[in-house]
Amino acid sequence: MISAADLFTVVAVSLGAFFFMAGTVGLLRFPDALTRLHALTKADNLGLGLVVLGLLPRAGSLLAALKLASIWLLVLLIGAAVSQMIAKAARNGDKDDD
Amino acid sequence: MTIDTVLDGGLAALVLAVGCWIIVARDSFAAAVGFVAYGLLLTLVWVRLDAIDVALMEGAIGSGLTGALLLRASSRLRSTEASVALEPPPFILRAGAALLSAIVAAMLAVAVLYLPEPAPTLAPEAAANAGATGMGNAVTNVLMAFRAMDTMLEKVVLLVALAGIWSLARDRLWGGRPGPLYRTDPKAPLTFLAQVLPPIGIVTGIYMLWVGADAPGGAFQGGTIIAAMWLLVMMAGLADAPPVGNRRMRLTLIAGPLLFLIVGFGGLWLGDAFLGYPAAYAKPLILVIEFAMTLTVAVTLGLLIAGPPEREPTS
Amino acid sequence: MFEQWELFPPMTEFLQFSSGFVFTMVAFGMVRIVRGPTRADRMMAAQLLGTGGIAALLLRSDVTETLAVVDVALVLALLAAFASAVFVVKGARTFGEVEASND
Repeated sequence: MISAADLFTVVAVSLGAFFFMAGTVGLLRFPDALTRLHALTKADNLGLGLVVLGLLPRAGSLLAALKLASIWLLVLLIGAAVSQMIAKAARNGDKDDD
Repeated sequence: MTIDTVLDGGLAALVLAVGCWIIVARDSFAAAVGFVAYGLLLTLVWVRLDAIDVALMEGAIGSGLTGALLLRASSRLRSTEASVALEPPPFILRAGAALLSAIVAAMLAVAVLYLPEPAPTLAPEAAANAGATGMGNAVTNVLMAFRAMDTMLEKVVLLVALAGIWSLARDRLWGGRPGPLYRTDPKAPLTFLAQVLPPIGIVTGIYMLWVGADAPGGAFQGGTIIAAMWLLVMMAGLADAPPVGNRRMRLTLIAGPLLFLIVGFGGLWLGDAFLGYPAAYAKPLILVIEFAMTLTVAVTLGLLIAGPPEREPTS
Repeated sequence: MFEQWELFPPMTEFLQFSSGFVFTMVAFGMVRIVRGPTRADRMMAAQLLGTGGIAALLLRSDVTETLAVVDVALVLALLAAFASAVFVVKGARTFGEVEASND
């Protein structure tokens, strides 16, 4: 019999993995650099958030759980800034000559 | 076939594929990005091999800082790339290089596959003597106690490399500031990152140094993170690179190896041998050396990536 | 009602599989580094490797019950941010410009 915490973990991690898949599909199939960036940033950060959420019940201590949550917050913060920078590069139309 | 075996195979295949692509890529910027990805993949490999200390180093130096070095080189070579592409090296030269690389790779593979079973190692003895310093991390014990001489010489080598990079400057720019002058834009996301990340990075670096006593981590990992934060601040234009002739900075550069040397000679006097820590003071001494080393590594790596002086000292 | 869950595989296998799944998705994303066509695409793929790698590592840390792997994920997060900053600053197509712009 599966406990409630384990069920929560399974559901959250599965959803997270699904969002990672969605992000990659978007990265590979969307027509334009900006749309790809959009898919990537939203889906991946959400995927990571769900994975972290799923791992929280399994964290050994409150400190470990806080560490997991703060890694997610850090990635969110960094992702927000970095996606703006990449968007600027995409908008400037930096194409390679290969 | 377990999940792990399949994953390992996939990881190995991906590492090989990215490695091959980096060589084949025609745009050096693309290759540099590929190299950063390659470093991240190697970090996963090291984690898979249970070498967490090495994984930390690979993620920090192998992927981040070396990637930055390559990107810097790529951006400086951009103006000459077009003309170089017009005259590729002759086929026989490239075929010879490929053959030589393949032979070396094959020799390495054979050496690893035919290691005697069990492979010769000092690991059990190092683990058995862990009580000598009172620290739980076997890697830190080896680096700072059993093979402390190697670690000290390593830091000296870093300084020599830095001197080598500085020597690339023009004569009249000796002692000047490395790198171009970066303009700041107060509204840019890079400025935001450079203001918010460094405190987090510095705390993480100090944490790495502290936790290295009993868990994977250490002075080098901590110093690398702090160096990356410093470089971020410089690139965002929030702080200018110091002139390389700056006396205080040069003092921090030699602080680590110098402290090591002092403790080493002290060991001759008070302990058993050069770098022989007196038994009761081993852990505090090591911690002090590590603290100085973190500072030195941070400044050294930052200056290594910043490059040779390009501007007058007083600009 | 919960009898059917007795057939559910143990948690460790599930987390192992998820870690591998996330990694596989990241591996497919690497195609973008190869294909481009713009520099932004390649930077994005590297960013994906960073975020996906962190997720895979966090799952891995639970599977192997090693807390240190979480530290590797933390270092990856910081250094991926640094690498992205370098991409943007050094990747700008400006020829012979002494002052780099970061806007």
